[in-house]
Amino acid sequence: MVTINSIKRGIVIDHIKAGVGLKIFNYLGLDKAEFTVALIMNAPSKKIGRKDIIKIENEIDIDFTVLGFIDPNITINIITGEKIESKVKLNLPDKIENVIKCNNPRCITSTEQEIQHSFYLSNRENGEYRCMYCDEVNNNNNVS
Amino acid sequence: MLKGRNLIDPMDFTLQELEEIFNYADEIIENPKKFSHICDGKILATLFYEPSTRTRLSFEAAMLRLGGQVLGFSEANSSSAAKGESVADTIRTVECYADIAAIRHPKEGAAKVAAMNSQMSVINAGDGGHQHPTQTLTDLLTIRNIKGTLSNLTIGICGDLKFGRTVHSLIKAMSRYENIKFILIAPNELTIPKYIKVEVLEKNKIEFIEVEKLEDVIEDLDILYMTRVQKERFFNEEDYVRLKDSYILDKEKMLKAKKDMIIMHPLPRVNEIAVEIDKDPRACYFRQAKYGMYARMALIAKLLGADK
Repeated sequence: MVTINSIKRGIVIDHIKAGVGLKIFNYLGLDKAEFTVALIMNAPSKKIGRKDIIKIENEIDIDFTVLGFIDPNITINIITGEKIESKVKLNLPDKIENVIKCNNPRCITSTEQEIQHSFYLSNRENGEYRCMYCDEVNNNNNVS
Repeated sequence: MLKGRNLIDPMDFTLQELEEIFNYADEIIENPKKFSHICDGKILATLFYEPSTRTRLSFEAAMLRLGGQVLGFSEANSSSAAKGESVADTIRTVECYADIAAIRHPKEGAAKVAAMNSQMSVINAGDGGHQHPTQTLTDLLTIRNIKGTLSNLTIGICGDLKFGRTVHSLIKAMSRYENIKFILIAPNELTIPKYIKVEVLEKNKIEFIEVEKLEDVIEDLDILYMTRVQKERFFNEEDYVRLKDSYILDKEKMLKAKKDMIIMHPLPRVNEIAVEIDKDPRACYFRQAKYGMYARMALIAKLLGADK
């Protein structure tokens, strides 16, 4: 197995569903980071079989709410002094903005460029989100 | 308090607020003269990005009968939209000239965008296949006035239940009233979408059945809401030929209907209601169009605060 050193201070995003890690990595803009970042893919996991992990050696402002939409099962560990100081459990946010775009070609957002892409949680049980404008069902597969 | 509000979705208003609008519409119907100047000096902008004779004329007639004036456009080509102006910019400009706006646009959610960018009240006059809330107000006012109640009714909805936005809005709106039963009459290709069944009917424990033929259920109905079935919606010619007569209301089918059943239709009609039915006292679709104007009069007056 690949070994990645533990971090002294920063954030570990753990239990990411295998394959989603790169999506989150890109969404957080970590490809342009000036600090140390590690993306581990397909690591073995007792909990979910295979998982992705992101380690960030620094403190950054993470929109935890949005991560909850991308994958509500991930855990976020805040690290100080090489130890887990706190854990953040994510939930599906009630509302998300500018994370995905509506895939309904008849939606006003498909033609008007300046509109915020907003979605509301319409069914918590199956994690279903609807476009605030046209009410079309969209899901987190649309995260670009 | 309805002054300054928008109407974008048929569910935007509570039952009490709807009642307030319907009661006011009743007052107008009773004595229209009394209300013929309450909107003096006010202007309604009708922003119609796609053609619609009935809805636009109904809005304009409503405002003129309240003493107000009307300006606007009736197709996108005659507005700045043809030059690429956004809905947001158009509404910001229009609110410099008008006091209230009714917007019809082919894109779903356009009216919401207009409302979000405007201080004046915005009324959705149809946004693509999405919502048409003033049609729902019209339907509810018609039922309330002709049947005398919005509760304890068996409502048959016949025709294209898959793509008809009018039908979806009506089911949502009527599901809020007590003891409503729906009989949904449609060919297999055009049955009601699953989300309406799950999120509206089953969630609110509304009794409903789905059938394929109108003649099998017409005797049970208090209201028959007809919509048009288009040939091009069918997957094959054979099914269309087999079923097309089931979705045309004629004298023979009406023989089995209750004496006080009412026939409604959002119009325009093509051939789904035989012209011979127009003389039947149970045919209410043209009265429904008139109620549409009264509903819009009451709505405009309430949103402008002109009722005080």
